[in-house]
Amino acid sequence: MSLFQLFITSMLTENIVLTKFLGICPFIGTSKKESGAIGMGISVTVVIVLSSIITYLLYNYVLVPTNTTYLKTLLFVLVIASTVQLLERIIKHHFKQLDHLLGIFLPLIATNCAVLGTTLLNVNNGYSFIEMIVFSLGSGLGFALVIYIFSTIRERMEFANIPKCFKGAPIALITASIMALVFSRFF
Amino acid sequence: MKTIKNGIFNENPTFVLMLGLCPTLAVTNTFEGAYVMGLCVLTVLLITNFIVSIIKKLIPENVKIPVYILLITTAVTALDLLLKQYVPALHETLGIYLPLIAVNCIVLGRALSVASVSSVGKSLLDAIGIGLGFTLSLSLLGLFREVLGANTITVMDGISSFTGYHAVFQVFPENSIIPMTIFQKPAGAFLTLGLFLAFFNYIKEKRGAAK
Repeated sequence: MSLFQLFITSMLTENIVLTKFLGICPFIGTSKKESGAIGMGISVTVVIVLSSIITYLLYNYVLVPTNTTYLKTLLFVLVIASTVQLLERIIKHHFKQLDHLLGIFLPLIATNCAVLGTTLLNVNNGYSFIEMIVFSLGSGLGFALVIYIFSTIRERMEFANIPKCFKGAPIALITASIMALVFSRFF
Repeated sequence: MKTIKNGIFNENPTFVLMLGLCPTLAVTNTFEGAYVMGLCVLTVLLITNFIVSIIKKLIPENVKIPVYILLITTAVTALDLLLKQYVPALHETLGIYLPLIAVNCIVLGRALSVASVSSVGKSLLDAIGIGLGFTLSLSLLGLFREVLGANTITVMDGISSFTGYHAVFQVFPENSIIPMTIFQKPAGAFLTLGLFLAFFNYIKEKRGAAK
């Protein structure tokens, strides 16, 4: 598979939210406002790419030679949590404007399954270094794209006349279902 | 008894709290995957709630969350290795959703809100209640999706290497309406959960009106 193909696949047709169900909690939770969705999307993309690089290197140069690959979940969780912390510190001290946009979302990402899922998929699928970066960038951007589109739909839905029992999460899930049809290869 | 009932009905993790939705949507395309995932979460909940409630006084307040996450991940890794050894076919179908229990908000949520403040007995009961609630709601979704989407009920297929039985039933005779493959696709997962949530909201509304 060429790199461009891999990028498009990971971003659109095998979107992490709509076909792999990763990161559903922030998808439903923080997508009520357009601005919130943008902040969340950017933060997730940055964290996915950064922690993918770190976990990929650690996995291939520490865990594989020492034959302790069964520790990968434990190690990855630790790496992601500390990457998020580090990023939070850096942004707070050096990029004041970014802090305003991303500050509240970063701590939430530490336990986001989209990040752990992507890092695990990277090593399970046996990607090379370049492929890994393309795949994780595609996944992150796919997440950002879907959460942004979803938030604009939800903002309009506020004014729609929805049956009472469908208000909130149920109609959001049904909207997501229609979006999944659009994004997958089920035409 | 009351704690267990509370976990199944009033605080049902899927339909009321809406926590841990990733595995809920991902593994419910067969009945088997659904209930096995439920039982896995139940096991992890039992182990972590038990350990957390024992050592809760030893852990300083400010490192509580990292310690709990490490505990949960260790339990998940052990479970992952066990399943890989005994039921490799099922381990394959559950795939990355098994290690993802580690970042499942139900487990960490229960450890923080219940196990770190209550006695060993109460935390164990809570784990059983929430775990059973999760298993039941996943099985319900799995049954619905598999019957409509594949016209079968898989009771034992991937785990037959361990139990020695093989049980896959066909539900309806051959017809042109069922299977509707959309229920096996990701879109069907979102649709099913959305419809179920709306249905439970409707019942709640009716009950509220009756009172």
